[in-house]
Amino acid sequence: MKIAVCVKQVPDSWAEKKLVDGLLDRAGVDAVLNDLDEYAIEEALRVVEPLNEGNDAPIHTITLISMGPDRATEAIRKGLSMGAHDAILISDSALVGSDALATSKVLAETIKSGGFDLVFCGTESTDARMSVIPAMLAQRLGWAQLTFAGALKVDVASSKVEIDRMTDAGVESMSANFPAVISVIEKINEPRYPSFKGIMASKKKTVTTKSLSDVGVSAGEVGLATAWSVVDDAAARPPREKGLKVEDAGNGGDKLAEYILEKRIV
Amino acid sequence: MTKKDPVHPFDLLDVQRELTEEQRAIQKVARDFVDKEVKPHIAGWYESSDIPVRELALKLGAIGMLGMHLEGYSCAGTDATSYGLACLELEAGDSGLRSLVSVQGSLSMFAIHEYGSEAQKERWLPEMAAGRAIGCFGLTEADFGSNPSGMLTNAKRDGDNWIINGNKMWITNGTVADVAIIWAQTDEGIRGFAVDTKTAGFQANLIKHKLSLRASLTAELVFTNLKVSDADRLPGATSLRAPLMCLAEARYGIIFGTVGAARDSLETALAYAATREQFDGPIARHQMTQAKFAAMATRLNTAMLLALHIGKIKDVGQVQPQQISMGKYNNAMGALEIAREARSILGGAGITTEYSVFRHMANLETVLTYEGTHEIHSLVIGEALTGIAAYR
Ligand SMILES: Cc1cc2nc3c(=O)[nH]c(=O)nc-3n(C[C@H](O)[C@H](O)[C@H](O)COP(=O)(O)OP(=O)(O)OC[C@H]3O[C@@H](n4cnc5c(N)ncnc54)[C@H](O)[C@@H]3O)c2cc1C
Ligand SMILES: Cc1cc2nc3c(=O)[nH]c(=O)nc-3n(C[C@H](O)[C@H](O)[C@H](O)COP(=O)(O)OP(=O)(O)OC[C@H]3O[C@@H](n4cnc5c(N)ncnc54)[C@H](O)[C@@H]3O)c2cc1C
Repeated sequence: MKIAVCVKQVPDSWAEKKLVDGLLDRAGVDAVLNDLDEYAIEEALRVVEPLNEGNDAPIHTITLISMGPDRATEAIRKGLSMGAHDAILISDSALVGSDALATSKVLAETIKSGGFDLVFCGTESTDARMSVIPAMLAQRLGWAQLTFAGALKVDVASSKVEIDRMTDAGVESMSANFPAVISVIEKINEPRYPSFKGIMASKKKTVTTKSLSDVGVSAGEVGLATAWSVVDDAAARPPREKGLKVEDAGNGGDKLAEYILEKRIV
Repeated sequence: MTKKDPVHPFDLLDVQRELTEEQRAIQKVARDFVDKEVKPHIAGWYESSDIPVRELALKLGAIGMLGMHLEGYSCAGTDATSYGLACLELEAGDSGLRSLVSVQGSLSMFAIHEYGSEAQKERWLPEMAAGRAIGCFGLTEADFGSNPSGMLTNAKRDGDNWIINGNKMWITNGTVADVAIIWAQTDEGIRGFAVDTKTAGFQANLIKHKLSLRASLTAELVFTNLKVSDADRLPGATSLRAPLMCLAEARYGIIFGTVGAARDSLETALAYAATREQFDGPIARHQMTQAKFAAMATRLNTAMLLALHIGKIKDVGQVQPQQISMGKYNNAMGALEIAREARSILGGAGITTEYSVFRHMANLETVLTYEGTHEIHSLVIGEALTGIAAYR
């Protein structure tokens, strides 16, 4: 079985976000592997590791796929240290400013030629947070779409995957035959720390860098000029109003009730 | 008052500039581990004078942190600098945590790896690397600390077996260990044994009432006609030199570890001083506070440069015991002074477990003493400089 995990390098989520010409400033801050993509990698590892047990050379493999600047190899390296087998980075100056439509196009074209059975994604990136790439990928590839997975079971023999789709609305059981696109939520697992052996081994793993023409997408289909939306301006969220502190002098309950009624919370 | 963005003390001199990508990645994992698995709990462990050694050992083992710089037998096999950087991050959490890893990897596993038989290595090292087996290292006795050559614990041959009698004092992880490295006098000189702690005649008593290194288990070991096979003797250990070489290994980790405790103390004091207001402004604006910071940051960076320098020498396999002594001599005292100064900057808030500084300060008193006291290391350096040994 071949699994692809889509991973994005994002600015450290603790860093201050700045806009430069309508785009997020990525140069000035630490770049890390998107948190949620670690869960996707972990889940993919949990699928293939038992299958590879006892084999020196892995038969079932995980390929990381990332679209981003050359610097994204740092995030890729972390995924390889966790245990993914190899990686593809699509990097091209024409990609600057690409929106989700363009991103999904490039990722889908890359996935198409790879012979993958399953594609794992995080549910959202911590920077742009659109939470749309997995659905767009499924649509572009014409594959089944299993999103918001909080639990997952893969049966390789019958080429079937089952998930618990967990959303605010409840839990749905869904299943699909390969090939399928899966996005995972944080509940699904606890990602491992890269092991020191994994870190050392990752140096020897292959990261293939591809240009747009390598994946068969023309420069005119991507980049800032084709983006469907443009960020004109952005401002920091206003600071929160100071909360009300209720001292309980025997009438704390009444005061709370008053506050709730006043703010029409219920 | 004009204000620029503050610089991290390590960025001031760019001390980490020569670290490789791999070394940085290893340091980052250790740091993330401490942030997530240790910092939220450490104050509680410290107050209750307890630490979940087994649980932590399994997690540390999964990452490859136990015996990480040893080759083979499921050990990670990193370079010495990476090992140092991991110690730094662990001790930024707590010296007790770093002690756990030092005793496991550099004392117990190193002793077996360096002086053990093939059978001993295969029996213990993979289990210890995974954190499924815990080791302890028994050298010190109540009456023989700085001078272990006078130890009273003895082992007598009894056919193919040995009978061990005696006591050991201040033994880290003694109460939780699966294997104890025991050093004893024999008719042939000082010898070491890798003893299964389930063997009859082995007893460990927890030492209570410590005011330092509270997040670490310290024990007294009692051996009463402890009978072990000659196959449990470390065949490569033929004199006191063997345990002293193990100590040099662990001491190397302390050179980096103490930098971690110092860095965390300074970071805590800097953050506190930026927000604590007295006389209508942050205390960071006072010249006296800044003079303290300047001295602390300089001392911290000097300690880090010394650690990295010794790491480089160790990475090419050329490090000398007196170099490690100088590293420990400078860095343990330097860290202690930084922690004390940081404590003063936090005022009253500095004396509780809510902040790390007092804990580091109290821990570093142990670090100054174990693995060769500060005074003994000055004698090692003195001997190197003059050619005259002044221990007696
Ligand atoms: C006008 C405009 C300009 C923009 N300019 C830029 C820009 O210059 N640079 C920039 O980086 N972004 C830019 N963005 C944001 C960009 O559209 C999104 O980051 C990108 O399309 C992916 O969407 P997302 O991050 O919200 O993904 P989501 O749908 O939130 O991500 C879900 C999952 O999809 C996968 N995924 C997402 N992106 C990638 C990727 N690149 N590679 C591999 N897997 C991925 C991951 O598994 C992730 O967990 C811009 C957006 C707009 C609207
Ligand atoms: C928390 C903790 C954990 C420990 N863990 C372990 C462990 O796992 N395994 C182990 O074997 N040991 C362990 N030790 C023991 C530690 O190594 C000893 O405490 C240390 O070697 C000092 O011995 P001592 O305490 O007997 O002090 P002493 O040797 O009695 O020293 C007391 C003072 O006299 C000074 N002094 C002694 N000789 C001289 C001299 N010649 N010249 C000048 N000054 C001198 C010392 O520097 C010191 O200041 C641990 C100790 C502590 C506190």
